[in-house]
Amino acid sequence: MGPLWLLALIAGLSFFGYVLGRWKSVVLSGKGALAARPGYYGAYVLVWTAMPALAILIVLSLAKPLIVDRTVRANLPETVLADTTQLSLQISGVEQVAAGLKLATPDELQNIRIGVVTARSVFARHGLPLGEDVKPYQLVAAGALNVVSDGLDTAIDAAVVAALAFGLIFAFARVRPRLRARNLVENTVLALLIAASSVAILTTVGIVLSLLFQALQFFSMVSPINFYFGTIWDPRFAAAGSTESGQFGFLPLFWGTIYISFFAMLVAVPVGLFSAVYMAEYAGSKVRSIAKPLIEILAGIPTIVYGFFALTTIGPFIRDWLAVPLGLGTSGNNVLTAGLVMGIMIIPYVSSLSDDIITAVPRSLRDGSLALGATRSETMRQVILPAALPGVVGAVLLAVSRAIGETMIVVLAAGVAARASLNPFAEMTTITVKIVNQLTGDLEFTSPQTLVAFALGITLFVITLGLNVLALTIVRKYREQYE
Amino acid sequence: MSAVQATVPFETVRTPDAAGRPIKIHTRNVKVTYGQKQALHGVSIDIAEKAVTAFIGPSGCGKSTFLRCINRMNDTIAGARVEGTITLDDQDVYDPDLDVVELRARVGMVFQKPNPFPKSIFDNVAYGPRIHGLARSKADLEEIVVTSLQKASLFNEVKDRLTEPGTGLSGGQQQRLCIARAIAVSPEVILMDEPCSALDPIATAKIEELIDELRANFTIVIVTHSMQQAARVSQRTAFFHLGHLIEEGPTDHVFTNPLEQRTLDYITGRFG
Repeated sequence: MGPLWLLALIAGLSFFGYVLGRWKSVVLSGKGALAARPGYYGAYVLVWTAMPALAILIVLSLAKPLIVDRTVRANLPETVLADTTQLSLQISGVEQVAAGLKLATPDELQNIRIGVVTARSVFARHGLPLGEDVKPYQLVAAGALNVVSDGLDTAIDAAVVAALAFGLIFAFARVRPRLRARNLVENTVLALLIAASSVAILTTVGIVLSLLFQALQFFSMVSPINFYFGTIWDPRFAAAGSTESGQFGFLPLFWGTIYISFFAMLVAVPVGLFSAVYMAEYAGSKVRSIAKPLIEILAGIPTIVYGFFALTTIGPFIRDWLAVPLGLGTSGNNVLTAGLVMGIMIIPYVSSLSDDIITAVPRSLRDGSLALGATRSETMRQVILPAALPGVVGAVLLAVSRAIGETMIVVLAAGVAARASLNPFAEMTTITVKIVNQLTGDLEFTSPQTLVAFALGITLFVITLGLNVLALTIVRKYREQYE
Repeated sequence: MSAVQATVPFETVRTPDAAGRPIKIHTRNVKVTYGQKQALHGVSIDIAEKAVTAFIGPSGCGKSTFLRCINRMNDTIAGARVEGTITLDDQDVYDPDLDVVELRARVGMVFQKPNPFPKSIFDNVAYGPRIHGLARSKADLEEIVVTSLQKASLFNEVKDRLTEPGTGLSGGQQQRLCIARAIAVSPEVILMDEPCSALDPIATAKIEELIDELRANFTIVIVTHSMQQAARVSQRTAFFHLGHLIEEGPTDHVFTNPLEQRTLDYITGRFG
């Protein structure tokens, strides 16, 4: 049975357990008061049936690939194992052969064993073309893999079925009028909630760890000092057999990211904040109900569409009317274009969040200021904005994180040339664009050309994490005044 | 019932002031509607200068609404409409030519819940003088702040921590800070909307004492739910009920010898 069948079996039996538990409790209720409503007894049996079986299924399914991998390694010759760079390729080769062996008929297997036909031709007939001939040691390892894998599958089936049967019978037997089934259901709900939150946390941890390991591998080839303080980005291509490694200077990318984000914030912060102030303080409810969703539509436009807009409209406009007349550049791809368009994209983030924050400032503060004879704009500048400032700063920093992580607009609006220059009409590019660049195409995850993407990724992660922490700290520090 | 009351001409029972104080605020037939709901059905009252006038009445009777008409704070509420005339020193408060900002500088207000700005104690008090340009120099401003805090009997408690946030004070201190803030722009009238409802009895006693002192220089109108408070601090009392001004007169008169049955019922606790 495959995992899907097992899941179906678990679901079916759990439901059966629910019905059974409920039924027994209803029968028992004739003899005296129950500690819980019948549904809880049903749920009690359901939980006992499903949970242990599910846990066993998950643990064993996770363990299976590890065991299989060990078996394959144990059956590979020393010479193959010694070549660590090719080992992962070899193992996946064995897995393909193992899949082929399963497709072949017994006759064909016999023929392969005595060498009448090649395994490759047999597999090809079954729709599994291989890149090269199957070597004898691969056949051995693949055979062992299939044996272990099948054995494990049977073991998983047996263990899950046993757990199901045990859980169902045990729980059904325990259904008594005084059983506190509600408490068990309550604890199960709690466990589910904890599990759900752990998924998010563990995923983050997993992503960070995988980034970290790959990045460390990169740093074993290129020194961190050269990476973080290098001023030239020229990774070269990872041509097969080439030992040339190129230069991985992080600074031009970092500068491009900062410079473009700077222009983006130059647009987004004033426009976003002013529109938030208008929406929160001045606009009537009618205007607000129309204008606010319209502004928020900006957030729903895919960034690639902003990219078109930059490429075909803003970019040429800036080139023809600013860059060329000023003699500062001749490219439609430039930092200013990317910054402007990205700024427009971020406006709703700033305005929507700031609007909520400004609206949340207690009305009593407005009244207090107005009653002293302050005008609305004086009230805004001197009372409401200072009170809302921590929140607004938080909103702005979130928007900065968004700007730093943006890729599509940059590719289309500012280009892919890594360069550090003060000229806003020059082509430049950002960290994220280079990550995409390094990870597209036919790749091998052993060369610095691809691994650099992970180093860039973790650096970007640290930067945005730092910004978020900063935002939180600012919000916390000033919140006390606010209450 | 309210429809009947709206059609029948309503006559407020009035007892003239024996002290013969000059009148600061005249109001005639003031009606307020919020959207469809009429909150005040024509209130006419004269408010004496340099005295404390208390508005009493059950919740929702329109006394706070009326108070907010005097400094036009109802303007900030969407859908509120005010009719009738209100004059401050014979100047029409609702005159389109009148600068509402200037009016609010002349008519200060203290709210139900203390609402200090999230600024330092000093900046809270200096806020009004700064926006109105009342101080010529830094020393001037400091003097205004100190005298205002002294008048609000708060100075001695906060003199060593003027730079600390006003929100860090206790509730009663915060309310006195708000009074100091209102005094700092030298208003002629101070409106107080249940200024003690969020305070404990000791803080309340201090505020009441303060109101009694302030009466020498300011015309004070106070809305209160506490009949004892009205009796303690005010010289004149006005009783509101269901959007009507039922009775107004000298405080001792209203409390000891009300002319209207409803006033008697309310002050003796039979309803409200």
